[in-house]
Amino acid sequence: MLGFVLFSFTPIVRSLYLSFTSWDILQPAKWVGIENYRVLLGSEELWRVMRNTAEYIVLYVPLLLAASLAIASLLNRDFRGVGVYKVLFFLPVLSSWVAGSLIWRWILNHKYGIVNVFLGYIGIKGPAWLDNKYWAMPGVVMASVWKDAGFSALIFLGALRGINHEYYEAAAMDGARPWDQFRHITLPLVSPTTFFVAVTSLINSFQVFTQVAVMTEAGPAGATQVMVERIYKYAFQFFKMGYASAMSWLLFIIILVFTLIQWRLQKRWVHYDG
Amino acid sequence: MVRSARAFKTALFYVVISLIALVMILPFLWMISTSLKEAEAVMVLPIRWIPEKISLKAYRDLFTISTIIPFHRATLNSLIVSLLTTFVTLTSSSMAAFALAKFDFRRRDQILMLFVATMMVPQAVTMIPNYLVLRTLRLPNTFIGLVLPMIYNAWALFLLRQNIMAIPEPYFEAAIVDGAGPFTIYRHVVLPLAKPIIASLAVITFMGTWNDYLWPLIMISDPNKATLTLALGNLNSRWGQHWELLMAGDLVSMLPVVLVYILGQKYFESGISVGGLKS
Repeated sequence: MLGFVLFSFTPIVRSLYLSFTSWDILQPAKWVGIENYRVLLGSEELWRVMRNTAEYIVLYVPLLLAASLAIASLLNRDFRGVGVYKVLFFLPVLSSWVAGSLIWRWILNHKYGIVNVFLGYIGIKGPAWLDNKYWAMPGVVMASVWKDAGFSALIFLGALRGINHEYYEAAAMDGARPWDQFRHITLPLVSPTTFFVAVTSLINSFQVFTQVAVMTEAGPAGATQVMVERIYKYAFQFFKMGYASAMSWLLFIIILVFTLIQWRLQKRWVHYDG
Repeated sequence: MVRSARAFKTALFYVVISLIALVMILPFLWMISTSLKEAEAVMVLPIRWIPEKISLKAYRDLFTISTIIPFHRATLNSLIVSLLTTFVTLTSSSMAAFALAKFDFRRRDQILMLFVATMMVPQAVTMIPNYLVLRTLRLPNTFIGLVLPMIYNAWALFLLRQNIMAIPEPYFEAAIVDGAGPFTIYRHVVLPLAKPIIASLAVITFMGTWNDYLWPLIMISDPNKATLTLALGNLNSRWGQHWELLMAGDLVSMLPVVLVYILGQKYFESGISVGGLKS
């Protein structure tokens, strides 16, 4: 309870208060009303950050869902060595984001990185990924999907285990091919889990930080600037605490709105037991 | 005929799953390969997966070169902070969860709702005020400052509370009949029965702390108090083109977590598949 008051409730209230002030830590805080929000919403930077985040989400969420469901489907059967494969798929989850980012900086290295070397084998000249403003974000997304797929796969695996085998047997009897079974049985029956993974990965996408801080330092030319990275910069490098707090509240509101929208839309495609 | 068709299918399955697994672990294989090369051999095309001359120089350099943050120090710091955070998080969350699950007090359900609601608030909102509070207490650059905010973890608390609710009532009744007080019940009924979920939360908390970057980045500026992730970041900015060194550092930073995971794998898997579906 004390923890809640000290490190959750009070900070939330205080951050809201700070967002209406101008404060550089050294001078006392000055009340400025909605000025921070006005400047923030009028800034070109905010829209660049939003575009970058949108690009990240549009690429990341569907790729993550597809990759993790595919991995889970492969793991959802009894075969020799299933435990070993599970650990292999889970290794990226275990590495820290700093470690993962360093590996991917090397993988996406313009000249010597394995991605471009492999692309070279099939006659494609790979871009300078992280130094190219069009390819930096896709590069970050590749690393993110690789890093996170194992975790979501484990959640999907739990859902797949819960599906009654009789459905598949009945369908096979009616001559349904594996792909039809996947489409008409598996997909609807795991839709609550798909929903869960989609919501949580969307929420996490808005809060991407370490991979852009380490892989690209938010560059090149701001092409991978995102919200939390900006909040960190403004608060702890430029010491504009009020402005950074306003930004963090904006982030909170955005996350809230998107979560509510997803909640509303779930009726259209999520099937609970039945 | 049927039999060979089945054998073919099995073989095909292994080929497909192995190929995908290979894609997932290729980055690590390349990391290991690079870390065992000498500087001149790192940037040689075509890629040699097994270095011509296997060298441990990068590992030696890692602990001896001049970085701002000493690597062995950072490893020890990460270990202390991660163990401490795991202990603190689990103790406070399990006690609070027990209270919220089994004690009747005013507004209990509203308090729980409030706790659950805070899960919606991103870390970005609380990190600035948390830093300011800890700064007032003069706790930046201390381990206590790194650990203290973790005594409140709504997610762990909620998961534990759900699990304690699921413990059958007769266990508690029997303990009360035997004259056990709240602490005895906590110690001898709750803790043993919630062991699987506590163990999986321990693994998750340890990994999360070990791998965290943002909070140490905010709290720590003293190189001697830096965690391993900060040391890696520092290595990256100072020796960014020495890939053999970076990859050696990566491998060293990952080993403890891989070890903890393999030890706790059984608990951990059941923990997240249940937690994922119920929350």
